[in-house]
Amino acid sequence: MNIESNKNGNALTLALEGRLDTITAPQLEATLKTALPGVEALVLDLGKLEYISSAGLRVLLTAQKTMNKQGTMKVKNANEMILEIFEVTGFSDILTIE
Amino acid sequence: MKELTVQAALENIPVVTAAMDEFLEALDCPLKAQMQLDVAVDELFGNIAQYAYPDGTGSVTVRFDHDEAARMVSVTFVDSGVPFDPLKQRDPDVSLSIDDRKEGGLGIFMVKKTMDHMVYRHEDGCNLLTIYKRI
Repeated sequence: MNIESNKNGNALTLALEGRLDTITAPQLEATLKTALPGVEALVLDLGKLEYISSAGLRVLLTAQKTMNKQGTMKVKNANEMILEIFEVTGFSDILTIE
Repeated sequence: MKELTVQAALENIPVVTAAMDEFLEALDCPLKAQMQLDVAVDELFGNIAQYAYPDGTGSVTVRFDHDEAARMVSVTFVDSGVPFDPLKQRDPDVSLSIDDRKEGGLGIFMVKKTMDHMVYRHEDGCNLLTIYKRI
């Protein structure tokens, strides 16, 4: 998985490319841990993400919990399959999806 | 039919996924079904790698099969570890709010929702779990 990071003041956009699964989820977790302090607006751009497994969902949940305390988080450009996963797991009610 | 046997280790998830993707591409499998099967491998092989052999390590055989008439692909995971029927796990409550969410159970639940059928049996000291997906 590739993570492209773009920071503008207190706003951070992370564009994810590839697969967010058991092997790659720790990479996103580590990136978020370093990058989130001080961020008030987080955008996760999933436009180039192929799929997400439960390991990836756990990282998104942790990120959402962190951002609930310090600002906002949006998830955008998810493909149809990822949107379906958000739907069946109830994540569509937890995340802000655009 | 295609089969491979690898050590039950997380780093082998990409090995199994690559073997399956090659099998599926030869069948002209739609991309969405392929990705749902990729997620299933991540969840199910990942579970075996993490929990089947608590005292050391063992192997997993993964068998890919295809019923041409029904356009049905099946993937069977065979391990000789701790008996575990994932279909008996209680589904997580997906209506809970963010603060009440508990970890775990989500992976198998996602697989159940995206596959057409799943069968588990314990035979000759082995766990055999088969997932079926119409392509």
